[in-house]
Amino acid sequence: MTAILAANAELIITIIKIVLLLFIVLTVNAYLTWFERKVVAHIQSRWGPYRVGPHGLLQPLADGVKFLFKEDPTPAGVDKFVYYLAPLLALALAMTSIAIIPFGPDPIRVFGHDIYLGIAPPDLNIGILALFAITALGVYGVALAGWSSNSKYPLLGGLRSSAQMISYELALTMSVVGVLLLAGSFNLKEIIAAQGKHSEWGLLGWNIWPQILGFFCFFVAAIAETNRAPFDLPEAESELVAGFHTEYASFKFAMFFIAEYTSMITVSCLCSIMFFGGWLSPFPASWTWTHYLPSLILIPFGAWVIWDGFRYETIFGKLILPVVGTAFAGLGGLFLALPGVNDFIQAPFWLLSKIFVFLFVYVWMRGTLPRFRYDQLMAFGWKLLLPVSIVNVIVTSFAILKWGAK
Amino acid sequence: MVPTNYYVVLSAILFGLGVFAFVFKRNIITIFMSIELMLNAVNLAFVAFSQALGKLDGQVFVLFVIVVAAAEAAVGLGIIILIARNRQTLNVERVDLLKF
Amino acid sequence: MTPPLAVFFALAALAVIGAVSLILQKHPIHSALSLIVVMVAIAGLYLLMGAEFVAAVQIIVYGGAIMVLFVMVIMLLNAGVEEHTSLSKMAGAPGLLLVVALVGFVAATVARSAESVQGSPQMGALSPTSGISNMIFRDFVYPFELTSFLILVAILGATMLAQREKN
Repeated sequence: MTAILAANAELIITIIKIVLLLFIVLTVNAYLTWFERKVVAHIQSRWGPYRVGPHGLLQPLADGVKFLFKEDPTPAGVDKFVYYLAPLLALALAMTSIAIIPFGPDPIRVFGHDIYLGIAPPDLNIGILALFAITALGVYGVALAGWSSNSKYPLLGGLRSSAQMISYELALTMSVVGVLLLAGSFNLKEIIAAQGKHSEWGLLGWNIWPQILGFFCFFVAAIAETNRAPFDLPEAESELVAGFHTEYASFKFAMFFIAEYTSMITVSCLCSIMFFGGWLSPFPASWTWTHYLPSLILIPFGAWVIWDGFRYETIFGKLILPVVGTAFAGLGGLFLALPGVNDFIQAPFWLLSKIFVFLFVYVWMRGTLPRFRYDQLMAFGWKLLLPVSIVNVIVTSFAILKWGAK
Repeated sequence: MVPTNYYVVLSAILFGLGVFAFVFKRNIITIFMSIELMLNAVNLAFVAFSQALGKLDGQVFVLFVIVVAAAEAAVGLGIIILIARNRQTLNVERVDLLKF
Repeated sequence: MTPPLAVFFALAALAVIGAVSLILQKHPIHSALSLIVVMVAIAGLYLLMGAEFVAAVQIIVYGGAIMVLFVMVIMLLNAGVEEHTSLSKMAGAPGLLLVVALVGFVAATVARSAESVQGSPQMGALSPTSGISNMIFRDFVYPFELTSFLILVAILGATMLAQREKN
């Protein structure tokens, strides 16, 4: 038994990592919906989910149960195979794109095997290109969903949405070329390493400073690519009924939903890796006191949650919130106590905080900005974003020619 | 390692299937797709030989073939849209007269 | 059966099944989906051969752009289930025989070739991406510029062809 395990160790480790990542991504998605509803509500001067569990924390659970038990009708006249395929395709592609992202540079050594944080092998030479390939295939989920629903509004929504995604895909890939020129490789680890070449510069070595134009092009194109506000005309409720997912009911709609939020997470990961230094700390490497920042943030946050739990109204809150707070504070204390774990956790901590900041910006934009009209959207993509990203490539190439990729 | 013969035989099989689809199907768009299938089969042979000989010329040529296929698909589909608009049919056997 | 050989057979079977499905499906959209399966399988075969850049370009350009164009045109033109007349059924049987003959001839020639050319496991020190880009921008720069011109012509042509008449 142990002989079989040892021989296929890589395969078993990868399978365990896949299952773990699936579980983590689904949970993060669920709480991302909670986060979005709370933030958008506070922007609109209201409270958002508040009753279901303390501070609405059990709302995603209630939503999940609803999705599982709601009736799942299949409209008449749909093309059955394509109708069932479309949400599966969208979800599978979104999940695959998370598998390529590395979450940390160093492996964990367990029983003599190196376990890298991230499913794809660390020397995947076409990291970014593979991500774009998966994004390019993501158009099918939307287009096929719209077409197979055998109804006018979904067809229009699907066609519009796929045209939008294709148009912004060009700007997306062009805006990244500047980063690739600076890093010299498609490999995500090398892109981060190129930003951390001068470890004393910290924040100033990140790609955001030479590539500010590329960053704005990339971020805007990525928002259009994931069909989020302010580019969500094809799926907005007041415009085209619900666009391409009108005829999709409980669980299939949930699959589209999860696919959209997962691609949001992927884009946030990409932004932080390519432009904001990935897992590099913003402080210079010689400031080793910053290694205690995770604990310094987690312990007071845990204490605040415990204190909030004690004065919460319902008995449920008084029970759950202190437990959550103790978990956070305990994690912070663990990092303080074990220096080995503390050194290891630095890289994922910074990457996760940057991802969190980008997700907040995504939700912020949804709550603040009005929607683009469809012709404004296409004009913006073709006439503004694509030329600007091409200009970025030209300027970056000239700069590298003149000064070398320092 | 997989011998190169296997790749070339697979390429021949796919090419043959593309030719058969070209002859048998009656929808213009499906015929066009069979052309793309034939191009893919040829690309596979190119890359197989590039790997066998250890030179990258085959892969560069594959990139050019893909680019040309993209241009051809764009113009071809434009023509197909025009035919569909003018003759109201996508069946190849109905567009066999120059004028009604 | 080494793992690379097993993966090769799996991907080859997937490609052949996709191609056969292209022929057997009645609705053009199902044929288009089968062709996408073939293209992804071929991209997998490219990855198996170590041509990673070509595999990525195949999925991005062929699978993510050209086939999307096909699918959108099928949706726009509302292509229905295609009908087979007696003419096409007549062409089917001899066509099948001739195609089998052609493929058999090529396969027999290749399988019988004296030196079965083995693939070299390493493509060299340079990764394929830098090697390909060096070749394109040094040796093949003239065809490269010509293809960009060709794409421009294709864009203009397709835009002009698909316009509605102004009347």
